[in-house]
Amino acid sequence: MKKDLISITDYSKEDYLQILKLAADFEKNPNQPLLKGKVVATLFFEPSTRTRLSFETAINRLGGRIIGFSDAGSSSVSKGETLHDTIKMVSNYADLIVMRHPLEGSSRYASEVSSVPVINAGDGANQHPTQTLLDMYSILKTQGTLDNINICMVGDLKYGRTVHSLLMAMSEFKNPVFNFIAPDELAMPEEYKLFLKEKGIKYYEHSEINENINYADIVYMTRVQKERFMDPIEYEKVKNVYILRNAMLKNTKPNMRILHPLPRVNEIHTDVDSNEKAYYFEQARNGVFTRQGIISHILNLK
Amino acid sequence: MSDSLKKKLKLKVSAINNGTVIDHIPSENLFKVISILGLQSLKTQITFGANLESEKLGSKAIIKLSDVFFKDDEINKIALIAKNAKLNIIRDYEVVEKRVVEVPDKIIGIVKCFNPKCITNNEDITTHFTVISKNPLDLKCKYCEKITHEDQIVIKQSIK
Repeated sequence: MKKDLISITDYSKEDYLQILKLAADFEKNPNQPLLKGKVVATLFFEPSTRTRLSFETAINRLGGRIIGFSDAGSSSVSKGETLHDTIKMVSNYADLIVMRHPLEGSSRYASEVSSVPVINAGDGANQHPTQTLLDMYSILKTQGTLDNINICMVGDLKYGRTVHSLLMAMSEFKNPVFNFIAPDELAMPEEYKLFLKEKGIKYYEHSEINENINYADIVYMTRVQKERFMDPIEYEKVKNVYILRNAMLKNTKPNMRILHPLPRVNEIHTDVDSNEKAYYFEQARNGVFTRQGIISHILNLK
Repeated sequence: MSDSLKKKLKLKVSAINNGTVIDHIPSENLFKVISILGLQSLKTQITFGANLESEKLGSKAIIKLSDVFFKDDEINKIALIAKNAKLNIIRDYEVVEKRVVEVPDKIIGIVKCFNPKCITNNEDITTHFTVISKNPLDLKCKYCEKITHEDQIVIKQSIK
């Protein structure tokens, strides 16, 4: 049976650990021609520069060849072709499909239509599992473990799919503690809080960044987007509350690292960049190794 | 007036010899039930009534189908819109079996996903839900993973 990666919860803790182990191996030795003679399709129905380049770098370092498109305008979608037909066709050409699509559930559907494995590189506001795995890899690399991690999540916790998936994945490990820092309008949805309650996992909610970050091992920043607010006045009120500045990091733990899925706008002040706790650019770099690990896991290359 | 006469007077939809009576359907959902079960293409005798008095529902609808018997998974499809429906299986004018409908664990087709950004609302795809709560109904879409709550349930117009 073919293996896909559509939603982070499709995978078990053992799968996560195996992928993270592979990622560490690729970090040590990035150029391994395991995909030689294979063709990978990267189908980006909406543009996403970082994710696409990260995947294409991973494929290149594995010695694979790439076909695909970087936005729907340059594909047959602009002629009215259905997703069904596009995927049916491409799965006749390629050995693996990596896809990003603006509609939710599109990747799950594609995996049912396709005869080759599908990796979800983001389906609307739903899932982006490879981001979660690279976040986990970054946590493992900087903390040496995925157990007993105190994570502060800051910003848009309502619509931010990355925080939701990371929360689900980290809940598989021992004693995580979550601190949610968000405006009321963008608070962590009830369903995730209920999920944590049922698992007996501790979480705390705050409305501003203050001493609560001093206990954190990981501070996970996200973008507060203006278009999420019904009332522009509400946005003006909160937009400067969720900005992380270097001065706030004075009493944070020495092992603490700051993650951000990027792109950032102003939520991390540039004066943080030179602090050794700023980890978001390395995090993006880890994305390549993690994706090499994911591809190898899915195609059983290693 | 004797009880049996009273009963006969109340019996506004004629009795059947063999078949199935679906009772206690909310009146407003009668035609949806017909559509979900595909009764419009039956060739056997169908009688139905709507806006009948009911102690339980206030107003109810009833469908009598001659020579039609349902499998559980067929009839359970209507549980979404007629959860109090009762089935009487009739043989030779006698009720030989009574059944209630039950919300199935999976719902395939029938319901529309409430999320406008779900792929199932943008391409011709059969919807697929896991029932995560039966009372009140909560349906989780297999594709977009969003939950459609009972008050958001919309029955798909064209039933395949």
